[in-house]
Amino acid sequence: MSDRQKTVLLHGGLLALLLGLQFVLPAYHHGNLARIMVLAVYAMGYNIMFGYTGLLSLGHALFFAAGMYGMGMSVQLLGATPAPAMIGGLIAGAVVAAALGALALRTADVAFMIVTLMFAQAGYLAVLYFGSVTRGDEGFVIQQAQRMMMGIDLSDATNRYFAAFILFALCLIAVLWLVQSPFGKVLVAIRENEERARMLGYDVFRHKLIAVILSGTMSAAAGAAYGLLFGYVGATFASVQYSIFPLLWVLLGGAGTALGPFIGTLFMFYLIDLSSNVTSAYMLIAGVALVVLTLFAPQGLIGEVRSRIWRWLP
Amino acid sequence: MTSKTKTSNTTTNTTTRRGALKTLGLGAGAAATLPLWARYSSAQSAEPIKIGFQVHRTGIGAAYGRWYDRTSTAAAKVINDMGGINGRPVQIIAEDDGTDPKRGAEVVEKFATQHNCDIAFGTLFSHVVIGSAPRAGELKIPYFVVSEGHHVASGMLNRYTLQPGITDVKSQVQAMAPFVSSNLGKKVTMIFPDFAFGHDHRDYFTAAIEAQGGEVLAHIAIPPTETSFTKYFPKIPRQTEVIYHVMVGPAVLTFVKELGEFFGPNRPEMFGFIDSLEAVDIASPGLEFLEGSYFWEGMPRYAQADQTPYDKFYREHVGVDENGASVSDPKDISTFAHMFGCWETLFTVKQGMEAAGYQGVADRAKLIEAVEAMTDIPISNEHPQGTKLFNGKTHQVFGPQYISKVNEGKLILQHTTSIEDTLYPDEVDYTTQPL
Repeated sequence: MSDRQKTVLLHGGLLALLLGLQFVLPAYHHGNLARIMVLAVYAMGYNIMFGYTGLLSLGHALFFAAGMYGMGMSVQLLGATPAPAMIGGLIAGAVVAAALGALALRTADVAFMIVTLMFAQAGYLAVLYFGSVTRGDEGFVIQQAQRMMMGIDLSDATNRYFAAFILFALCLIAVLWLVQSPFGKVLVAIRENEERARMLGYDVFRHKLIAVILSGTMSAAAGAAYGLLFGYVGATFASVQYSIFPLLWVLLGGAGTALGPFIGTLFMFYLIDLSSNVTSAYMLIAGVALVVLTLFAPQGLIGEVRSRIWRWLP
Repeated sequence: MTSKTKTSNTTTNTTTRRGALKTLGLGAGAAATLPLWARYSSAQSAEPIKIGFQVHRTGIGAAYGRWYDRTSTAAAKVINDMGGINGRPVQIIAEDDGTDPKRGAEVVEKFATQHNCDIAFGTLFSHVVIGSAPRAGELKIPYFVVSEGHHVASGMLNRYTLQPGITDVKSQVQAMAPFVSSNLGKKVTMIFPDFAFGHDHRDYFTAAIEAQGGEVLAHIAIPPTETSFTKYFPKIPRQTEVIYHVMVGPAVLTFVKELGEFFGPNRPEMFGFIDSLEAVDIASPGLEFLEGSYFWEGMPRYAQADQTPYDKFYREHVGVDENGASVSDPKDISTFAHMFGCWETLFTVKQGMEAAGYQGVADRAKLIEAVEAMTDIPISNEHPQGTKLFNGKTHQVFGPQYISKVNEGKLILQHTTSIEDTLYPDEVDYTTQPL
């Protein structure tokens, strides 16, 4: 069996499993998995920049929130239905990513991290500043009636799960295609040795800018979908902790792997959920687990699997 | 069939008086060792009524959460000591929401679909409530919030979200205007944090003071990340008679200290919301400048000279002394102006479930309708903050507000508003929404 066939089998198998779980999971885990799939899209978006291109952003909440508010504002101010509102979120994310990329990519390494962090903080404060429109830190509700898409009620548990699944499947397939395309291989080349890629004649800035736009747009898709599926838009999602989450999820699951973001998001979600049943110091447990994983599986869960067993993993 | 009958008869024939007494004795002994829930034998179901308690154990709301937790635990104990609800004990199932709207929504889902709670209850911070309420409505689990936000009465939420235990910020703020304009001055400068909580104060108080013939000379919005405030104070107009302040968070001590340094002994009158200083000792070093200033309180922190027996009962059971601190640690100051809402909400739930003949989750809609049917809520041990009026259409309770003056490091009650001062026209009728 070729590596390509193995890749199709593994990732197709995951999608089939997720589709099948819809029919057997108890209500609580059913809802959780819908949420995890949306958040995994956010992590996959982050992974395009961090995992494949080697750009460590500390400001990805800006893109997630751009998508969420692009969608939410379209609904609130323009009376848009979910589909156009979702497109509004994607456009908002792409525009913000292009603007941030054009400026932040003039820096590198630690300076890039700081610039992305500061832009995200500026975005968060802008949401608060324009509170008369955004409702600031309180946020606002996307009402059930505003979440009807072509007769489909997105607040219904089954519809929500399918919507999250479709988004997740599309993004997973897009990432798999991207990383195996010539463009994706150039991104990996930039990650491994930027100078060498430049000497080989690649336009590094252009490739990185496109990576930022793709990453930001995918993160924005997650933000828009999250607001639409769970009915709430708020400034918290633009705060710094939501920039750190995708970094953790990707590190845990395995940077530069297509499955890593999903596994990392799933692992972190249930680590917090289960440990919160045991103690109020659940973040301590999460922290210890992260330290242990970093020490003993520095490439993340899927990264370790790739380095030890399945070297063909994309 | 025959065989079973025979077996039954055989069993009956072997029963002796001594054996019966022995069995009864063993049964009584076993009953005494049973957990509390198992002793509610009169109920149709001995299962506890599960109340999912969404609590700020971590995050910015942790100080409030700690006291909301203690108050709710105390109220549940009193309810159980009274015989529970419809003969069934109450069980509080607490989950930390991290003062985060995403986690808050997850916690509500957990109550509804994993813990199988009868209702969800609790949280304070508005963004957590607004983020969680859509899921409560979708899962059709009654969600009783103790948030004081205007989000419930504004119509933003849904029929499954109610606020029967604490008044909302709109009614609180507008009820202050008559006292401020009559006793402190008509020319006001407002200093508030530049986010939704501060904007609510800005909008509602400005309208209310103008209705009293007063005016707001300046609105000074302070960015939430600010740590020093001196540069904002020159913006306070000279003709200001009253400074209205609602700063919150850890920077409030710096704010008060710098305001004192700016004005010295010749300051205008000052009026603030105790939200700034919940869980903070008024006699803390650096807060001397507040001496002689006025505060809104949801419920007076210090036991007053004319303390009601209900206030006394409430303090005793929650474990709060006459200074509003924990009886076990005088330095552990409570969030007294808000936490009564947990106590009163749980008793409202009890009254609602009893009125609805609540038996289980199938009766959730009946519970909502029973609470919507409530109107007058008299002052009592169950409602120690004061007599209230519940509006079933807007799902919001209205009640008295308290204005206290700092005197020798203590808050002394000066004025109690009437319920009428707090009322405003309905903005929603949730009863028109389907259950």
